[in-house]
Amino acid sequence: MLELRSLCKRFGGVVATDDVSLEVSEGEVHALIGPNGAGKTTLIAQISGSLPSDSGTILFAGADLTRKKHYERVRAGLARSYQITSIFRRFSVLDNLALAVQARNGSSFSFWRPVAAEAGLFDEARSLAEEIGLASRTETLAGNLAHGEQRALEVGLALATRPKLLLLDEPMAGMGLEESQRVIALLGRVRAHATMLLVEHDMDAVFRLADRITVLVNGRVLATGAPEEIRAHPQVRKAYLGDELAA
Amino acid sequence: MKRSLPLLALALAFPLAMQALDQLFYVSFASRVLIYAIAATSLNLVLGYGGMISFGHAAFVGTGAYVGSILVAEGVTSAWIGWPAALAVSAALAAIIGAVSLRTRGVYFIMITLAFAQMMFYLVNSMKAYGGDEGLTLPQRAELGFGLDLGNEMVFYYVVLAILALTLYGLHRLIQSRFGRVVVAIRENEARVEAIGLPVYRYQLACFVIAGAVGGLAGALLASHGKYVNPNVLHWLQSGTLMIMVILGGVGHLWGGVIGAVALLSLEHLISDYPIPWLAQLAPNYQQHANLGVGIVLLAIVLFAPQGIAGLLGRRRRARA
Repeated sequence: MLELRSLCKRFGGVVATDDVSLEVSEGEVHALIGPNGAGKTTLIAQISGSLPSDSGTILFAGADLTRKKHYERVRAGLARSYQITSIFRRFSVLDNLALAVQARNGSSFSFWRPVAAEAGLFDEARSLAEEIGLASRTETLAGNLAHGEQRALEVGLALATRPKLLLLDEPMAGMGLEESQRVIALLGRVRAHATMLLVEHDMDAVFRLADRITVLVNGRVLATGAPEEIRAHPQVRKAYLGDELAA
Repeated sequence: MKRSLPLLALALAFPLAMQALDQLFYVSFASRVLIYAIAATSLNLVLGYGGMISFGHAAFVGTGAYVGSILVAEGVTSAWIGWPAALAVSAALAAIIGAVSLRTRGVYFIMITLAFAQMMFYLVNSMKAYGGDEGLTLPQRAELGFGLDLGNEMVFYYVVLAILALTLYGLHRLIQSRFGRVVVAIRENEARVEAIGLPVYRYQLACFVIAGAVGGLAGALLASHGKYVNPNVLHWLQSGTLMIMVILGGVGHLWGGVIGAVALLSLEHLISDYPIPWLAQLAPNYQQHANLGVGIVLLAIVLFAPQGIAGLLGRRRRARA
């Protein structure tokens, strides 16, 4: 479904993405792990289109997206969530989601008819709110939500675009144990209708959700494989997993 | 919107009261205020709702003023041609300026819009056929037909009031529409708008063009009102004045432009026409520096009421409720 061929990105003298080739097949949850500074977020930004690649090719669902703009890739079915929460803080939860539904649904070059009259948008926004566990918070301003709730909305905004492939950049960042469990459950439900590329530091989540894992170190792919292979991979253990899994 | 009805009644009654008091000057003054209210409201769309800090709005107001004036000077006196023409030319100019400027962000956007406006200022300055730096005096105001004589201060006032009312209603509809939601969302979080699949650039450009077009219409009204236009209508001070009106009135508030225009022009008028004896003794020519007073008020607003006068009024209303 997604294929990266020799993707590169340089920031001055720093090589952030170094000849990365990667395949995500339809229906799988593919986790991307690696130490801080390995280039995971940069890679997500390159795939989603917010950062142009220096060289290499991005193929998605049979089309070459390498030169496509961010919003065009979203329309092609490639949505992302951000590591640093990126929501409309002064909009209510419902308005956040309705806007994302609106973006997918018909033209937004409509200047006269009030959005509030479009029941369809808000019905869908409500069912999304339910899916991400914010059904009781729809009228709350997004900026006033608790951290975990904001992270859920972050994922919800990506889901609202009905992606074929969801790029999740540390959806559980900064969450408590209970909140993490809720997001893991949500992602478990989402995997039924979307493929996922998941960047995550929470190894518990990674090994519970992922079908395959790619390890990124210093911008290079160190290994790709099933969770058991990665767990057993000697170089991976040395470079990243360390004692955490030896225990 | 319902709250606007008493204001509308007041605006409708104002010229009748002034006529009864034989103070027609104030009707003409009020027309000028309302025209500035239209211009400031159009700037508020880009600045307040769109979050685009355009420091060149005078380019559109001034271009509209010149288009309207040149047509009258050339004998095309119908407002039905002159005003739409001003609107269209300003829209086209906004499309060009916007297409370039909106590729930049932050202070670069401020500077590039300013630069474009100054280019227009110097261009008009060099148009010797239309008065150059001395400006262009018109033999008459534009003509509306239907027995409505725009040369009559009362008629002119009501026509301007109608256009302002339409502008405000249009803005009210626009910001509630799909388009308006996107524009406000871009102000809040541009990257996220792109990430839900919307081309930020196109929405910003459309918003910029709409504001430029309405600014152009205000310009045509302004030139008609004074039967005179000169390059200063395009000067950056004019852009600054419009910005001050928006900040004073309320950035991103429906009534911000109107409140700002009324407040700023009334303040200027009060300072320069009603001397304060003790201040005049201290500084004999202080009235020629009305902007000093305006500056102090602006400072107070920015420090104590960052939402502008509209925000201040809204806060009081909420406190009472």
